Amino acid sequence: MKHLTVPVKDTDLQPLKIGEEILLSGTIYTARDAAHKKLVELINKGKKLPFDIDGAAIYYSGPCPAPPNFPIGPCGPTTSYRMDSYTPQLLDLGLKIMIGKGKRNDNVVESMKKNGALYLAATGGAAALLMDCVKSSTVICFPELGAEAIRKLEVKNFPVIVATKANGETVYR
Amino acid sequence: MRIVDVKLIEEAIYEMFLTCCVHPDRALSGRIQDALAVEKSPIAQSILKQIQKNIEIADQNNVPLCQDTGMAVVFIDIGQEVSLKGEYINDAINNAVRRAYQDGYFRKSVLSPITRINTEDNTPAVIHTRIIKGDKIIIRVAPKGFGSENMSRIKMITPAQGIEGIYEFVLETVKNAGGNPCPPITLGIGIGGTFELCALNAKRALLRSLGESSEDEDIAVIEKKLLNDINKLGIGPMGMGGSTTALAVHIISAPTHLAGLPCAINVQCHSVRHESRTI
Repeated sequence: MKHLTVPVKDTDLQPLKIGEEILLSGTIYTARDAAHKKLVELINKGKKLPFDIDGAAIYYSGPCPAPPNFPIGPCGPTTSYRMDSYTPQLLDLGLKIMIGKGKRNDNVVESMKKNGALYLAATGGAAALLMDCVKSSTVICFPELGAEAIRKLEVKNFPVIVATKANGETVYR
Repeated sequence: MRIVDVKLIEEAIYEMFLTCCVHPDRALSGRIQDALAVEKSPIAQSILKQIQKNIEIADQNNVPLCQDTGMAVVFIDIGQEVSLKGEYINDAINNAVRRAYQDGYFRKSVLSPITRINTEDNTPAVIHTRIIKGDKIIIRVAPKGFGSENMSRIKMITPAQGIEGIYEFVLETVKNAGGNPCPPITLGIGIGGTFELCALNAKRALLRSLGESSEDEDIAVIEKKLLNDINKLGIGPMGMGGSTTALAVHIISAPTHLAGLPCAINVQCHSVRHESRTI
């Protein structure tokens, strides 16, 4: 199985095939509904984002609390369409990879084409399995959002499927 | 009169949530194996294997199957000959939920719909109480995740559209949902009754053991036909194509008004979680 390390280079993305399974390693940031709302509010106010979004990978996930001796709780993907209205603004700032589940809308796909981004799907509900691939987790902002806070995760061999590419090709039926 | 201490109900519900957020319906693994035997698409095979592996890891590590440990839905049927002793039953149920979600390291997902401020303990539970014959108490709990709940729908179908209208509505709902509700899904369908009764019956239908068909033969035939038709849609596991879109269709019907045919579809993801206990 192919390995991909984040942050990625553009040349890493071109050879990927739709439906191809890859193992992701490196740094990813969790953000879901409430965190997206806050990020876009910051952008609209012209303020600096709490992490460098240029070239970053965002994972749509709100984990369970970490049980003793684990860095994080179960942490599967949440449904991506709820982030669609916020996504183009983040892509324009350089967001490179999104990880979630389910189809994206046309605006997101158009913005992915414009900005050369990649959308990966993790298996929804495989939260205990994905939890095993997370080596560390740190809340970096919005702690008041609880499960929806932005976390910086270090992942190793995190299984994902190439779902939508920057040329608009998609795996979804 | 049989006297039952409400504490007993609280302990039962506490244990039921701790169990069912970690261990899904006992039939689920077998159903995934059946799907693996017939599924031809390599992506579908790979996803189903991950789902299977996830069930095993959750069990080994004693952690929830899915990070969305849901809203706590509690159905409680109380025998008419039972007298409850102790604190108010709904408070006891909420205590059980609060303790289980804390002790189990489950996600707290419940918040105000307007301010979006989280209650921090996953309460209040959604509680459905019924009075039944006899001196027993039957408790059924189901943590309900919202990836699939969001894809649920209700429609007041006309009598002229009839059963064909129901088939059309179900297939359209599954098609529109695509990969969003984490297929392979299970559908709970309420047919007939009033607006709210058909929705409640749809949820109640999901409490049946996975794949157990209706005792009503006419309904069982409809369940089978719908399951077959849904699996011809090609949506597949996680919406990436394949012949395993649904694992089961459970229907509960109720008499309705001569002017109507309400139909509610409650969509359930592959993490089919529920527990039942009789006191």
